[in-house]
Amino acid sequence: MDFSVFFQPAFSGGGIYLDWVLSGIKWTLLVSILGWVIAFSAGSVLGVLRTAPLTVLRAPATVYVEVFRNVPLLVQMFIWYFVLPEIVPKGMGDWMKTRMPMPEFWNAVLCLGFYTASRVAEQVRSGIQSIPRGQTEAGLAMGLTRAQVYRHVLLPMGYRIVIPPLTSEFLTIFKNSSVALTIGVLELTAQAQQISEYTFRTFEAFTVATLVYVLITLTVTVAMRALEKKVRVPGYIGSAGK
Amino acid sequence: MRLIPKLTFSLLAIALMSMPATAQDLTGTLKKFKDTGVVKIGHRDASIPFSYLDDKQRPIGYGVDICMKIVDAVKTQIKMPKLKVEFVPVTSQTRIPILTGGNIDMECGSTTNSVERQKQVAFAPTYFMTGTKLIVKKSSGIKGYDDLKGKTVVFTQGTTNERAMKAYNDEKKLGINFIPAKDHAESFLAVETGRAAAFPMDDILLYSLRASAKKPADYEVIGEFLSDDPYGIMLRKDDPAFKKLVDDTVIRLYKSGEINKIYHKWFQSKIPPKGINLGFPMSDALKELVKNPNDKGVEACGKMRC
Repeated sequence: MDFSVFFQPAFSGGGIYLDWVLSGIKWTLLVSILGWVIAFSAGSVLGVLRTAPLTVLRAPATVYVEVFRNVPLLVQMFIWYFVLPEIVPKGMGDWMKTRMPMPEFWNAVLCLGFYTASRVAEQVRSGIQSIPRGQTEAGLAMGLTRAQVYRHVLLPMGYRIVIPPLTSEFLTIFKNSSVALTIGVLELTAQAQQISEYTFRTFEAFTVATLVYVLITLTVTVAMRALEKKVRVPGYIGSAGK
Repeated sequence: MRLIPKLTFSLLAIALMSMPATAQDLTGTLKKFKDTGVVKIGHRDASIPFSYLDDKQRPIGYGVDICMKIVDAVKTQIKMPKLKVEFVPVTSQTRIPILTGGNIDMECGSTTNSVERQKQVAFAPTYFMTGTKLIVKKSSGIKGYDDLKGKTVVFTQGTTNERAMKAYNDEKKLGINFIPAKDHAESFLAVETGRAAAFPMDDILLYSLRASAKKPADYEVIGEFLSDDPYGIMLRKDDPAFKKLVDDTVIRLYKSGEINKIYHKWFQSKIPPKGINLGFPMSDALKELVKNPNDKGVEACGKMRC
């Protein structure tokens, strides 16, 4: 093993190979975090809709979840990047292909975001449904509207309950972001591949990539644990005896 | 229980005695062939007409034909007529690690023999001579490399053309926006759909991609050669016995003129799957190489400084 390879001048771009790693980390973080913003917002709305008492609200959300979580991520990535521009009106398709800034990046963010949203939606739904029915009924009996019941009774507790599974989803999005390399985003895995191609140091390149992924996910895990602790309701689930 | 070690020993002794004289001398890859009874050939999926899949998903091509001649020579040398051939698909990116890792024994595709790659692998004598050019849409108005200023260019990851184009971009400060693709078919798709303005690749592969496109007349191959790319069969390094057998076989094809037949079959006749004829006569550079075979590599950055 020879990690000095990262300090050798890179083939192109004027820096050293370490700069390629850093740039890869930057794109991995950007794709994942922006993707998570979409996933969490869209997923929350969908999750709430999945528990709505009206079928007109529930049905579209159910269709969404089943479509997006049952089609492989890689296929979705290709559909966003290669298929979508061909089926939208020609002017828009041309814009997506040539004039849109950083098309690979934004396609990856949208794809990852909307895919993960389907999974977040299921977590949120399970969080809401794990709260005893009586609480909703009590809320309604007290004169709260249904929206107010969600806002003040169901969601505050539901989100707390699903922090652990949401942490898993959050971790997964960082790892799934590597799929973006198939449409040309030079994120961490893609850079590791490039470095191994240019320097033939496959082992070193992927060792560093692995360590960086572990570091990122461990940081997320610790942060989410801290969040869990901070927002916990004393005497409620998971906090007994602590 | 004492019987088993004894039995093993006698079996071993018999095995050793009955082994043909040559097998004891076999080393490296040749020994591996003898031991496993299999030769593993790495092939490509869209390097027309060197190494690609026909309509029945079988690997065929100019390079594959030459490799099969080598397999015949191996069979004779190690006295193993039933040697099996196993095809393993590789990509521009994976071909070197898969070869050095031992999962294929030779790569028969469109691999440029570069000085840089020679640090990792060995090459058989050059069997084709090409160089980097560009494929663009006729309607794009691009006539040469300098028209690419500020445009998007797609490249196949892991190719020498990528390096030649990037070195040119750095040198001339063209500010090209590069997007990577996994294989030549995907790169060409990017040009076809208008996502990229140009695709730099070995000219012969560009002509074959154009020939198999939906509307060949929409595309043209332009530009001066940005690099020279001599193709060779890729082998593992430091394996003189196998390398010699491969070299001898290829040189024999050249000296006997058999190469002309193979060349004609793939470059000047109708080839599967669509029955197109590339109509690409042997270049003077290749004729010269057939007369004086060599396995010299080229610099990775083409005509630019690295």
